[in-house]
Amino acid sequence: MKVLVPVKRVVDYNVKVRVRSDNSGVDLNGVKMAINPFDEIAVEEAVRLRESQQAAEVIVVSCGGPASQETLRTALAMGADRAILVESDAELQPLAVAKLLKAVVDREQPGLVICGKQAIDDDANQTGQMLAALMGAGQATFASKLVVEGSSIHVTREVDGGLETLAVGLPAVVTADLRLNEPRYATLPNIMKAKKKPLEVLPAASLGVDVAPRLRHGRHEEPAPRKGGVKVADVAELLSKLKNEAKVI
Amino acid sequence: MKTLVIAEHDNSTLAGATRHAVTAAAQLGGEVDLLVAGNDCGAVVAEAARVAGVSRVIQVEAAFYRDQLAENLAALVVSLVQLKLYENVLVGSSAWGRNVAPRIAALLDVAQVSDVVKISRRGCYQRPIYAGNVLVGVESDDPVQVLTVRTTAFDAAGEGSPAPIESAAAGADLGLSQLLRREISRSERPELGAAKIVVSGGRGLGNGDNYQQVLTPLADKLGAALGASRAAVDAGYVPNDYQVGQTGKIVAPGLYVAVGISGAIQHLAGMKDSGVIVAINKDPDAPIFQVADYGLVADLFEAVPALTGSL
Ligand SMILES: Cc1cc2nc3c(=O)[nH]c(=O)nc-3n(C[C@H](O)[C@H](O)[C@H](O)COP(=O)(O)OP(=O)(O)OC[C@H]3O[C@@H](n4cnc5c(N)ncnc54)[C@H](O)[C@@H]3O)c2cc1C
Ligand SMILES: Nc1ncnc2c1ncn2[C@@H]1O[C@H](COP(=O)(O)O)[C@@H](O)[C@H]1O
Repeated sequence: MKVLVPVKRVVDYNVKVRVRSDNSGVDLNGVKMAINPFDEIAVEEAVRLRESQQAAEVIVVSCGGPASQETLRTALAMGADRAILVESDAELQPLAVAKLLKAVVDREQPGLVICGKQAIDDDANQTGQMLAALMGAGQATFASKLVVEGSSIHVTREVDGGLETLAVGLPAVVTADLRLNEPRYATLPNIMKAKKKPLEVLPAASLGVDVAPRLRHGRHEEPAPRKGGVKVADVAELLSKLKNEAKVI
Repeated sequence: MKTLVIAEHDNSTLAGATRHAVTAAAQLGGEVDLLVAGNDCGAVVAEAARVAGVSRVIQVEAAFYRDQLAENLAALVVSLVQLKLYENVLVGSSAWGRNVAPRIAALLDVAQVSDVVKISRRGCYQRPIYAGNVLVGVESDDPVQVLTVRTTAFDAAGEGSPAPIESAAAGADLGLSQLLRREISRSERPELGAAKIVVSGGRGLGNGDNYQQVLTPLADKLGAALGASRAAVDAGYVPNDYQVGQTGKIVAPGLYVAVGISGAIQHLAGMKDSGVIVAINKDPDAPIFQVADYGLVADLFEAVPALTGSL
């Protein structure tokens, strides 16, 4: 079975982004970029499946500009076998990404797709579910455990009240939550090796998919900051503030 | 104009998130139908009919809707949208809502707007991105607007006069997935998303026993829900559904007490709209103090029992 893992290049999770002064967007100039943390977890899971001989090949795919090659190399250094860049300089929204991924799925016929649960830039949490819909496949989102059982998978999902476990027939789409695994660090020898692994560039236009944005993003603003509070000296003062000033208890 | 809100439920009670989604739906104008798809879910239908602002309840019963699997549910909603010409589909932005809504949007070939916090008019919204560090205006001309709405941004719809109930035919069972088991924690405490007071603990608690011994008495005294940082969940102090933050639950209680939590942006994303924030942390430079209304620099193992004792 082939496993396909879509990975997105995003602003590093440690960066607190700033809005451009004309409110037209987020200032990404010189900002540190990284592989989306959830996608790193998805790659790790796929590589573990291959290492345990449950998967034959791990293919990573990213939709975006040429710089996404860097993200793909990171995934290759973690152990993915080959990479595909679906190249486009246009803004790609989740529905468009899902359609591009569907075209790649049609070509590669993976038994399993593991996405991240959400991209930490748009925080959309949509693409995996959309791809599953377009594939007519079953979905298991927010996965914290994945076990392959013959022609299906058993996936434990993090839901609001606790956990649930689904059996989903293959091919299926899984989205990785934080507790699925702890991704490995790429070692230097593996980073070197990754440079030689195949990375194919497919122009998005060649896939015959309508990727025009459906949503228009207008004014960006930073939410009103909270007013700096006070430090209280001790528990007694805290209690009195909560009772008499804030009146919340 | 007609809007369809999909009810989140467990076949016996209606989830709170749905009442918030109904309020958001009403802001779009026009009629608001509430779909209850389930199995033996009469009690939910009765509850749904009394939600203020609901024009009618659409009841769909089949054994294969019992477990609320996304594939069957999404297919049903798409057929209802096409049959009854709904122009908007809304759900609360809970784990359940986030699972099913994008599948509906893709089948309808429309975009979805996630985590809507403000509706200016149909097709014109505001939503947070980058862990809530940025709010962006979003416009959509898609023929059906599929939205997940952040429950903390819209009030819960109250009780109204009963709405009529209509039955609709079930769709097909696609058989793409099955529920094997569900481990849902039952608690006497208020629900995290709806509580007026939340007491949250982080890595500073050190372990699960400490978490229980230090925070539970405080939460009991305050009638509070319990929450946690990701670090506390990852380390196994508490179950996953306690997590507050960018990738956990978004809460906005009147009072949020953060104990032994440093205040990473991903955590702040889940609680910074709380009314009053209290932080108890031994590190005076912890970022949590930048958002706390009342900060107490102290060892939590002394401060929290003292606070509990004097309540
Ligand atoms: C993609 C992604 C998503 C994430 N999503 C979330 C999310 O949804 N929610 C979330 O919370 N995090 C999330 N995180 C993790 C986040 O970045 C932080 O790592 C996490 O919030 C830290 O948890 P903490 O504050 O409990 O631990 P720490 O940062 O280790 O802080 C512990 C604090 O306890 C204090 N302390 C220690 N001992 C005592 C004592 N005896 N008395 C008083 N204070 C004490 C310390 O001074 C310190 O400030 C996410 C990270 C990533 C990469
Ligand atoms: N441009 C992209 N290229 C490849 N994968 C993507 C892209 N955008 C989103 N994804 C995948 O979809 C997941 C969810 O993204 P989102 O729906 O944008 O929150 C991510 O974690 C990735 O696995």
